[in-house]
Parts: sequence; structure tokens; C-alpha cells
Amino acid sequence: MEATTKVDGSAPAANPASRYFSIYAALWKNSVARELSFKSNFLLWVFVELLWFGLQLSFIGVLYLHTDEIGTWTKWQVVMLIGGSHFIQQIFQAFFLINCTNLSELVRTGKLDFLLLLPVNSRFVVSLRQVDLGAFVNAASAVGIMGYAAHRLHLVPSAWQIVVFLLLSLIGVAIHYSLMFLLATISFWTVRAQGIVWGYYNLFNIARMPDEAFPRLFRAVFTFAIPMLLVSNIPVRVLAGKLQSNSSLFLLLVMSLVCFGASEWGWRASIRQYTSASS
Amino acid sequence: MRKYWHVFLVGMQNNLTYRFNFLARALFGLIPLVAILCLWQTIYRGKGPGASVGSYSLAEMISYYLLMTVVDALTAVNEDDWQIAADIRDGNISQFLLKPIDYLWYRLSLFVSGRITYLAVALVPLVIFMACFHQYLTLPAGAPALVGCLLAIAMTALLQFFTSYAMAMLAFWVLEVSTFIFILFAFEYIASGHLFPLDILPPTLERALYYTPFPYQLYFPVSLYMGKIAGAEMVRGLFVQLAWVVATYFLARFAWARGIKRYAAAGG
Repeated sequence: MEATTKVDGSAPAANPASRYFSIYAALWKNSVARELSFKSNFLLWVFVELLWFGLQLSFIGVLYLHTDEIGTWTKWQVVMLIGGSHFIQQIFQAFFLINCTNLSELVRTGKLDFLLLLPVNSRFVVSLRQVDLGAFVNAASAVGIMGYAAHRLHLVPSAWQIVVFLLLSLIGVAIHYSLMFLLATISFWTVRAQGIVWGYYNLFNIARMPDEAFPRLFRAVFTFAIPMLLVSNIPVRVLAGKLQSNSSLFLLLVMSLVCFGASEWGWRASIRQYTSASS
Repeated sequence: MRKYWHVFLVGMQNNLTYRFNFLARALFGLIPLVAILCLWQTIYRGKGPGASVGSYSLAEMISYYLLMTVVDALTAVNEDDWQIAADIRDGNISQFLLKPIDYLWYRLSLFVSGRITYLAVALVPLVIFMACFHQYLTLPAGAPALVGCLLAIAMTALLQFFTSYAMAMLAFWVLEVSTFIFILFAFEYIASGHLFPLDILPPTLERALYYTPFPYQLYFPVSLYMGKIAGAEMVRGLFVQLAWVVATYFLARFAWARGIKRYAAAGG
């Protein structure tokens, strides 16, 4: 946090965007320094994530030993879906995950006070304090798998498809972030909220499954209440040329705005009743 | 024996304070389970009526997952490995070196109390869930299958516990054990039958797995119940499982004995 105070002091009248940008640059520098001091641990975590990614892929491999299609999804389309879902999840993890999970610790120890006192938007600094650099490596592995799946499907996506995919992935990241942040604010009420992260991992599980595998009720819940079946299915459908109608793009956008609105409401309600835990 | 009974009771009380956590875990855990069941239903529907995957009909496949969930609730290590590793790292084990209490039996008492509280809390959602799928629930394949299954569940719990305990002993050598715990968990997750029954794998792969302890950590008791493994094979399997339990027990003891020599009582 030392770095941010320096930035604040130097240019109070500077344009807010560039001020936030330089704050964020300082946070990045801290994160890189932190990762560099635990190099072997960094590599081990990358390995753990790769292992779990491989595990998901082998599950699909086993399923497709016994069937040729799930709904209309073929094997390599599902591999692409798992790759796409992993990509979105890892980008989310890179920027937000640790910060969301740390929130309960900040509340429990009362360290949140220091962040609230900083002359910046509190949600900004709480959400983006640390960067998980290993997640970028894993996102790259996901892109590799998607590329291979595209090759097996004889699929050459156009530049336009790729751009839309990337934009939709960002929206997907925003949904993951909003929901996780909303869950993390529960820690303001129940002090011990470690179960939350674990709970969210179960939702990731759904995001990587082909939407057509599910009956109507399940699909409705995980589309309109917790939009897990949109987050990665829609972007990958665009890439694989499987999109049924453009209205689902619109739905994804609307749901991300709803989720973000809900998380902002949750955050404000929580912060209002926050009574520091420090002595 | 009495002192471990007290540990058990205290453990129950401690765990009950986290009942909300347990309940959340049980409820959230049902979501991917429902998802997998839907996935299989879609696959079977796509294959046409009367289809089977390996030796499983749709009903058998669904009851496999339901039984797996029950056995998992009864035997899975929850946070024991993290707590043991934290005890070592923070120097909390020093007190056990001075007291006439054995750390392994102490942790085992806590593990058992944790499982019982978890089951008590998870029972209601689990029963409701089972009721929704009651048409798929089957009775055990016979009296010997039931006895074998119960024996196997007890040994599964011990095997899971000793494996995790031995793994947590790594904390004597490295600061961060969580990566190692996750690596082991990944193997357990896929190779113990969490994601799918192991006999739908290609036969060579399945046979190779039987040289590892993983099938005995979950898959084995479930397939005894369902009668997929029976007769002489069941008896042999139970003995192999017993051998793994004994082996992991000695591994846990050995790792502790080696670790304690390096132990520097950080923090105290």
C-alpha cells in the first residue's frame, strides 16, 4: 500500500483515469515482486492448475468413449468449450479471485479499515489489490487446447469471430467477478466464510458443461438466476459457429449488467453495516 | 481410550459451531452432482432406449453416483490435512510431545467426530435429494455384499485418513503444503471414482488403477454394494484394501518419526 500513497500525493488534480491507471500499475509491481520471492511455489501452483485442467479433459475423453454426441455437441466441440471456460476462469482468477477470497480475511482481522481510508474508490482497491500471475500461464494453456480442438474440428475462425469471442469472454469474466464478489460480501455477516470459495468452484463446474445436456428447469435457473450456462457456452458457440440466435449475445450482456448491479448493491449494503473488528 | 473419547466429544462441539459451513458445503456439493446426473441422462437418451454404458444401465449409473455421494460423505477427509499441516507449521504439536497423548489417535478421533457431525448436518439435504431420485435407488446386492460394503467403508475412511495424515507430514519439510494436497486430491478425484465409475474405463487402464490405493478410497465399497464386485473377488479386494490401510498407517507413522527429528518447534 505504500506505493499508492506516493501516487496520491503527487498529482491530486490529474485526470482520474490516469490516476487509477498509475495506482493499478503500482499494485502490479507489488504483485510481481511478491511472486518472484516464491518462485517454486509459483511453479507448483501452475502445475496444480494444469493437472486439474487435464483432469477435466480426461473426464470428457471418458464420456466420449461411450457416446458420440451430447445434444449436438461433439467431442472436440466440448473440448473447445472446456478450453474456453478454463480461459475465462483463469483470466478471472488472474485479476480478481484472490482479492475476492481475501475479503473475508480483511473483514475478520479489521484490516479493511486501512483500505477504506485510502482516497480511492474502495471497491476498486479491494477488488484489484493482487494479481495472480500464474493464471496467465494457465490461460495460455487453455488457448493452446482451444487451438488444437479447432484444428481437429477443421475450424478456422474469422478475425471477427475471435474478436467477438474475446469481448464475450470479458463479459464472462465480469459475471464471474460480480457473483464471486457478491458471495464474498456475505463474509460481512458470517465472519467465517471459507466455504464460499469452495462453493464457487462448484459453479465453475457447471460453466464448462454443454448447455444442451440439461433439462429445461436446470437450464432456466443457471441462465436467468445464476448465468453459469451463458458464461462460456455463448462465447464458444460463437467461435465454433454454433450460435443459434443473436439474442443470446444480448442476453449475456444483460445478465452481466444485472449481476454487476447486484454485486454493487450487495457491496454497498455490506459496507454500510461494517463495524471494524480491530481492537 | 477414555482420553480419546473426550477428544471426540470436544471435536463434535467444535465442529457443530461450523454447522453452517458444513451445510453450505453439502448443498453446494449437490449442484455438480445434479449436473453430472443430467449429463448422463442426456447421453443415455441420445443412445436410445435400453442403452448401457459399460455394464451400467441408466438407473445403475444414477444409483452409482448417489451411493458414491453417501460413501464420500462418510469417509472423505474434510479439512484434517490442512489442520495437521498448520499444527506442525505453527508449532502446536509441541504440546503433544509433552502430553501422554498420541497425535495420530488424537487426529483420528477428530476426524471421526468431523465425519459424524458432517453427516448429521448433511443428512437432511441428502435425504431430500435421495428421495427425489428414489426410483433409482437399489438395495444392496445381497447380505454378503452389505457386510462387505460396510467393512469396506470403514477401511476406506481409515485409508483416506492415513493417506492425508502422511501427506500433511510434508509440513515438516516444506512451508507450503497446499499445492501437494491439491495434487494428491486431483489424483484421488479422478482415480477413486469420483467423476465416473472406474469400470467404464478401457480395461487396461482400469487394471492399472488397481495397483494404486485410489480405487479403494471410494469406488470399491460402492461397487461391492452394487454387486459389481462379488464372491471371491470381494474377499480378495477386502484383503488388498486392508493391506493398503496397514501400509498407509506405517507410512504415516514413519513420516512422523522422521519429521519429528527435524522439528524445530517454530512459534511454540
